[in-house]
Amino acid sequence: MELAEQVNSQAEFPGEIHQTAGGGIIISSFDGLINWARANSLWPLTFATSCCGIEMMSTASSKYDFSRFGFEVARATPRQADVIIIAGTIVNKMGPVLKRLYDQMADPKYVIAMGACAISGGPFFYNTYSVVKGADHIIPVDVYIPGCPPRPEALLHALISLQEKIKSGLTREQIKEESKG
Amino acid sequence: MTNEEIKEHISSVLPTATFDETGEWLNVLIEPGSWMQLAKSLRFSTFNFDYLFCLTCIDWKTHLTMVYHLSSSVHRHTIVIKANLDRNDPVIETVCDIWRTAEFHERETFELFGVKFHNHPDLRSLILTDDFDGYPLRKDFEDPINMIKL
Repeated sequence: MELAEQVNSQAEFPGEIHQTAGGGIIISSFDGLINWARANSLWPLTFATSCCGIEMMSTASSKYDFSRFGFEVARATPRQADVIIIAGTIVNKMGPVLKRLYDQMADPKYVIAMGACAISGGPFFYNTYSVVKGADHIIPVDVYIPGCPPRPEALLHALISLQEKIKSGLTREQIKEESKG
Repeated sequence: MTNEEIKEHISSVLPTATFDETGEWLNVLIEPGSWMQLAKSLRFSTFNFDYLFCLTCIDWKTHLTMVYHLSSSVHRHTIVIKANLDRNDPVIETVCDIWRTAEFHERETFELFGVKFHNHPDLRSLILTDDFDGYPLRKDFEDPINMIKL
């Protein structure tokens, strides 16, 4: 298959390719291209605080395999990660750690809140002195996944939703930069 | 060894101890003041209770109950020792020089229930932050900032 056909056959490619003699011309916008590239190579941070982490590991393993969508390079350091999947309960003592990890990630960065605990505290919402009632009290969240814990399919759906969000336009950081100017 | 033998031994050491055999294990209710004496005799007698596998506390609102689960890795028998403490001034002797594991568990019971363990070498918070106020596993614990009441 010709390169042009290959690229055009991928519906998500943000632009057109025109075949010319001896090559071709790509018509696109830089923002579109960059977001397209970003969305297809998101490196998650190896971060899990409870049982949702087991589902996340399962999603990474061969049966579900999120590397099919560009998430295979799980990083053990926030400095190399693009997306943090908050997989589990965030307790008050973990709050500052989560904030620090998020701050250490390079822009642009994305956050997925996986499971009931990360969304709202979940089963620990009432009568608990130690649990943060939703990770979005600490860092901004892009995609929420309900479930306790969510199935791997749900995590895959969330990852694809995040990709769509990135491809569809400006990221949170980009909006922040634009509003400064 | 049978529960009858254990009961006989405990009665000879502590005549005031009362027994309850309705549960899975033999329960012994004792006065907190006599705990050290009983603990030593259980550990170093022929019954050889060498394994303290659970140390915890219960808040009954009227009083606190210390609960010790003891077992012997030689004879394979298990008993439960309970002692009621005054809720306003809960004090009991430490057993961490008899069962080393108690050092750790007594710190946890101290931070969550406020039970003070006499002669404990290092009685400070285990998991909670040093500035944490109150005993969170007591039934009347209030924390209007972090806690949402049902």
